[in-house]
Amino acid sequence: MECLKLDKTYDAEFVNQVMAESQQDPAWCYQCGNCSAGCPYTFVYDLPVHQIMRLLQAGQKETILRSRSLWLCATCESCTTRCPNNIDVARIVDVLRHMARRHGYITEKDVKRFNDSFLESVKKHGRVFELGTLVKYVARSGKFWTDIELGPKVMAKGKMTPKPHDIQGKDEVAKIYNRFMGEEK
Amino acid sequence: MADAYAYYPGCSGLGTSREYEQSTRAICRALGIELRDIPDWSCCGSTPAHTVDHVFSAALSARNLALVEDLGLETVITPCPSCLTNLKVASHRMHDESFFNDVNALLDKPCGNSVAVKSVLQVLVEDLGPEAIRDKVSKPLAGLKVAPYYGCIMNRPPEIMRFDDPENPTAMDTILQALGAEVVPFPLKVECCGASYGVARKDIVMHLSGKLLDLAQDNGADAMVTACPLCQMNLDLRQGQINSALGRDFRMPVFYYTQLMGLALSIDADELGLNRLNVNPKRALHRAEQRLKERERQQAEKEAKRQARKSEREASAA
Repeated sequence: MECLKLDKTYDAEFVNQVMAESQQDPAWCYQCGNCSAGCPYTFVYDLPVHQIMRLLQAGQKETILRSRSLWLCATCESCTTRCPNNIDVARIVDVLRHMARRHGYITEKDVKRFNDSFLESVKKHGRVFELGTLVKYVARSGKFWTDIELGPKVMAKGKMTPKPHDIQGKDEVAKIYNRFMGEEK
Repeated sequence: MADAYAYYPGCSGLGTSREYEQSTRAICRALGIELRDIPDWSCCGSTPAHTVDHVFSAALSARNLALVEDLGLETVITPCPSCLTNLKVASHRMHDESFFNDVNALLDKPCGNSVAVKSVLQVLVEDLGPEAIRDKVSKPLAGLKVAPYYGCIMNRPPEIMRFDDPENPTAMDTILQALGAEVVPFPLKVECCGASYGVARKDIVMHLSGKLLDLAQDNGADAMVTACPLCQMNLDLRQGQINSALGRDFRMPVFYYTQLMGLALSIDADELGLNRLNVNPKRALHRAEQRLKERERQQAEKEAKRQARKSEREASAA
């Protein structure tokens, strides 16, 4: 067990920011553990979700943001649906993941690589180009064998188009990205 | 029922879930549900977008909601639960004024947030109803045992999704029963399949989807039935990977519920994209036919015995 010196390590600014961005109050959590009991991902988490909630109450920014769990949550909404205090736990985890990304805590690099490849494809074409996303992911991760055995199957079934479906308004979509990044007004 | 619904197919409908897209359109045509395509629709951003930022994610959805407003239609429907969630969450959060303004600041053309978002399944169950579907069934799926798997996000969280039960949804069960199929108990109806981790963390999908296949098999299902492109891909396309990873030998076909509806409505199998499924469903459909024949044979035998006893009684009375 680890002892925390809360008078020295409680990060009030962090807690306030999570509350503002998620519009949730972590103080409502009374550690019943329902979220972790129902979470299908507990088996791969380094911190189970109820511990993330407790660490959030204790203002432990660093410990939370470097947790791999944030990148492995699939937002399946079990925790949110089952929280007896109606805390939108999945929304809190999503907000923590946004913060981890902004602060550069990338503890599951391949998950981020996949998400980035997906979003870049949408920015470029307006709709996601599945094959292009996979190719980009493979190039970035260096894992050239990823799903290679599925290639012939999806091709034979006509389930993967070799060309992207560019939409006319793809510039409008790209502008959403650029405005979000502050690169365009 | 509304005159027409705006229709948002989602990107996977153009690729990995083409058979869902084909079969959805085919059954809507057969049932008189008019789908109006949204001109130049764009991607909702799916999971990757909401893991980056909520306003950004909502803006990708809101561009499409604005296009639906241009069509002058009240409701947009989509077969894909991931698209559904993104469109619904965007619409829900935009009721907050500052969120609404932040989203519109990212868009070329503002979104008024006046459109209702539903799944195709919700329209089939609530607007059309299982009775109307039953009336159109010409080839009942009698003898076919199916495990209905809903996936994690179609009904959750209930405050936003507002459809069916969040822990034990029954919309697909109701439809499958209307088609004449036999629904086996499936307690993991809303348990996650591993979602989009199939590429970056395959081990997760092997474990979670493996559990689902295992339960469906244990409970005697000939096939699983889904409403989600990602669930279907994990369970069907990745079934070989799951078998290798877990040392199993699953041969469980995984249908989209719309494909089974199409079969019961006598729509051609190719039009429903049955040929695009990875695990060939022929064996399962054949097994169901055999089971039905066996039941009919037993029934006939019983009836014959009853008749024989009856004649015996009549003869002895005379």
